[in-house]
Amino acid sequence: MSTAATAAAQTVRLTAGRSRERNVGSLVFLGLLWFSLFFGVMVLVVLIIDTMLKGSVRFDSDLLFSYESSLNPESTGFRAGILGSLWLMVTTAVMAVPLGIAAAVYLEEFSNSRRWYNRIIEVNLQNLAAVPSIVYGLLAVAVMALFGFQQKNIVLGGAIALALLILPVVIITSREALRAVPREIRDGSLALGATQWQTTWRQTLPSAIPGIATGTILGLSRAIGEAAPLLLLGLGAVRFDPEGVLSRVTALPIQIYRLSTQSQVAFQEAASAGIIVLLVMILLLNGVAIFIRNKFQRSW
Amino acid sequence: MASATSADTFPQMGSLGDVHMSGERRLPASPVNPVMETRDLNVFYGDFHAVHDVNLSYGRHEITAMIGPSGCGKSTVLRCLNRMNDLVASARVEGEVLYHGQDVYEKSVDPIAVRTHIGMVFQKPNPFPKSIYDNIAYGPRVTGMKVDNMDDLVEEALRGAALWDEVKDKLKQSAYGLSGGQQQRLCIARTIATRPDVILMDEPCSALDPIATARVEDLMLELRNEYTIIVVTHNMQQAARVSDRTAFFTARPDETTGNRTGLLVEYDLTSTIFSNPNDKRTEDYISGRFG
Amino acid sequence: MSTIDGTTAGPSSGTGPRGVPNLKGRSRPAERVIVAGLIASAGLSVVITIAILVALVEPVIEFFRQVSVSEFFATEGRFAVIPLVTGTLTVTLIALLVAVPIGLGAAMYLSEYASKRTRKVLKPTVELLAGIPSVVYGFFALFFVTPRLLQDLLNMQVNFTNLLSAGLILGVMIIPTIASLAEDALTAVPQALRQGSYAMGANRMQTTLRVVLPAAISGVAAAIVLGMSRAIGETMIVALAAGAQKNMTLDIREGAQTMTGFIAQTAGGENPVGSVEYNMLFAVGLLLFVITLVINLISITLVRRYRQEY
Repeated sequence: MSTAATAAAQTVRLTAGRSRERNVGSLVFLGLLWFSLFFGVMVLVVLIIDTMLKGSVRFDSDLLFSYESSLNPESTGFRAGILGSLWLMVTTAVMAVPLGIAAAVYLEEFSNSRRWYNRIIEVNLQNLAAVPSIVYGLLAVAVMALFGFQQKNIVLGGAIALALLILPVVIITSREALRAVPREIRDGSLALGATQWQTTWRQTLPSAIPGIATGTILGLSRAIGEAAPLLLLGLGAVRFDPEGVLSRVTALPIQIYRLSTQSQVAFQEAASAGIIVLLVMILLLNGVAIFIRNKFQRSW
Repeated sequence: MASATSADTFPQMGSLGDVHMSGERRLPASPVNPVMETRDLNVFYGDFHAVHDVNLSYGRHEITAMIGPSGCGKSTVLRCLNRMNDLVASARVEGEVLYHGQDVYEKSVDPIAVRTHIGMVFQKPNPFPKSIYDNIAYGPRVTGMKVDNMDDLVEEALRGAALWDEVKDKLKQSAYGLSGGQQQRLCIARTIATRPDVILMDEPCSALDPIATARVEDLMLELRNEYTIIVVTHNMQQAARVSDRTAFFTARPDETTGNRTGLLVEYDLTSTIFSNPNDKRTEDYISGRFG
Repeated sequence: MSTIDGTTAGPSSGTGPRGVPNLKGRSRPAERVIVAGLIASAGLSVVITIAILVALVEPVIEFFRQVSVSEFFATEGRFAVIPLVTGTLTVTLIALLVAVPIGLGAAMYLSEYASKRTRKVLKPTVELLAGIPSVVYGFFALFFVTPRLLQDLLNMQVNFTNLLSAGLILGVMIIPTIASLAEDALTAVPQALRQGSYAMGANRMQTTLRVVLPAAISGVAAAIVLGMSRAIGETMIVALAAGAQKNMTLDIREGAQTMTGFIAQTAGGENPVGSVEYNMLFAVGLLLFVITLVINLISITLVRRYRQEY
């Protein structure tokens, strides 16, 4: 009898508690939050479906294997852009990754963060990460002029711009990966008489490699989609494969941009198909990053 | 000092077998010819005064235990002995830490060299994410030790840490596959592979179960024959079981800031500390009335 | 007796007499070189910043020899920059109107409503948006948002290029920036504050809006400010969808060029190095850099403030 009374009292209290969470205002609010959360996905779905529909007429071999053609919009292709983007990506990685990791290692493992100059580097990095990409294009233009290159629309020029662009990203993600390696591993190494550098090179860095690789690949997938800084370097139409870092080059996003500014529908269809190619490349890169993270990431 | 003979160091060498408790031997009242000494050691972390005026000497081939409530600065003192405190940017050390009469904090001294002589085992087993073999070989490799046969050295170190029989068939496997107690003995093996003189142990059994703890304690008693061991522990029974001498630390709150500064209360033979302490605070702590 | 120099060998453990060990380490020249290299790499970021300034300032000085300051900061004329600034500000404002409520909504859900597990699944869906290249967004704004959404579906009289569609898509692009930083700020609010609110009988919505959000305000502000900086600096969306004509207007149905749109268009126009147009590119670039720099510094300061609070 008394237990039943207690149970009844509890039921009343629980119901009262629920109704406070379930009044109209709260439910509307929750609905809005859900909307916010899935708004992005909705936009993406519309974007991808619309682009695929527009581009579907162009899913043919010309798309991947032909050069661009202003005379035959129906058979214009992205060969030069795809190869160019790959060349740019690799060259960018070669320049930005070692530099970025080295900077991250210094800031995480060697620097005393209380020193004023290290603090300047710190703030400066955060700031560089937010500098508009087109400004890096202007910088690359100036660098190319400084080195006396007549032609700026070459692989090297584009890679300089993109490397500058992703350097802060590489540094920041590498630092996070290094920070995730537990202090105890470093202590264990140092206590055996290893130097700071030996500790970094033989213990900390190898343990951080999966995280660094993931971050770097994500940075590169950002670089591969960039068009603005390349536009400044004058990348445009190219009808041959790049042969080296001094070869003239174009990039997939640049080709998409140029096609988008044409009025003929056939060019827009080609651009749509090109977008799908670009998105697939980015998806593949992200897939590799996720694979590395899941396969090699150690949870300490 | 350099001419000290073992007879000088251990006047009662002849009666060494005369052991009452597992950890207790007949020793002089204070260490003769200590391997290490701290003189007026003060440690600061920024403005925080962590340790105040610690004077201690650590005898050769003895196990010295440092005990006390948490926050009493015992680990801080330990980490000064091989300059691991250098790694804390805000740490400042005053006073002297003498190793064979040399101040390890002197400007010309290389902390890396200090750590090759004074090894350390940590609270949580911290094997490297490598094979068992590579864990042992790491120290000799990085310090550039001349090794005729690395396999022999690995075996010797693992035997020294009483781990050989358990792991001899899986030397190439990851050290992470070992149990916690095995990992900790691996860390001890890793330390003795570099042939140190002194081994510092920072609460080496606090992460282990009682059986693993007993094995590590047995190992410590064995290692005493070849090394000087300084151990920080929060476990009084452990100090009583293994150590020759015990230093009791406590923390004193600052009147103005309320920060707790660690200081040494009493240092004596372990048998004395646990049976007949001089200081009331030690007695209270030992008897469990405080801390 | 073995010599002990601390680097070639550790002391042999011995019971016999021993010398005083040598604690002087060997000098490690290779290691010094490596560390110097590391420092140089880190210092490079500062060099880059200085290089950006130098690269921008030099042509700008040249520019102001050819064009007076008042001609540059004018509302109309060949060298007028004010219409570009209003174009940029208009699209940025539209973008913020989209991204602030949606970004904060997503952040509040992830931080206050989602369990740890659902957060892990849902967070990437928000971040997916960040992986789409801006040229793709620009194409979408130009060939879907304007003709399909605005003209067909909503029956609006908008131009082929217009500030509205560029601003809307720009907003979509910066949602992940705002959501992710705001979520960090909300998560950093101590649990005790929430429990205090629940203990007084507040429900989850009240706690989120009246306790957690105000407590995280500087971090949330930092998120919004950084999103704004992203919007101001974005190029491809506005280059494609906002229009290629300077247009001093607040009518969002019309097209108007932005600062970044101007830079992209002029750079594509093959202007010879040293020409007035070429130099103006850098003048606008410098203005853009300074504006985003100031905004970023505000954001960094705000983040620092909330990190200190908790």
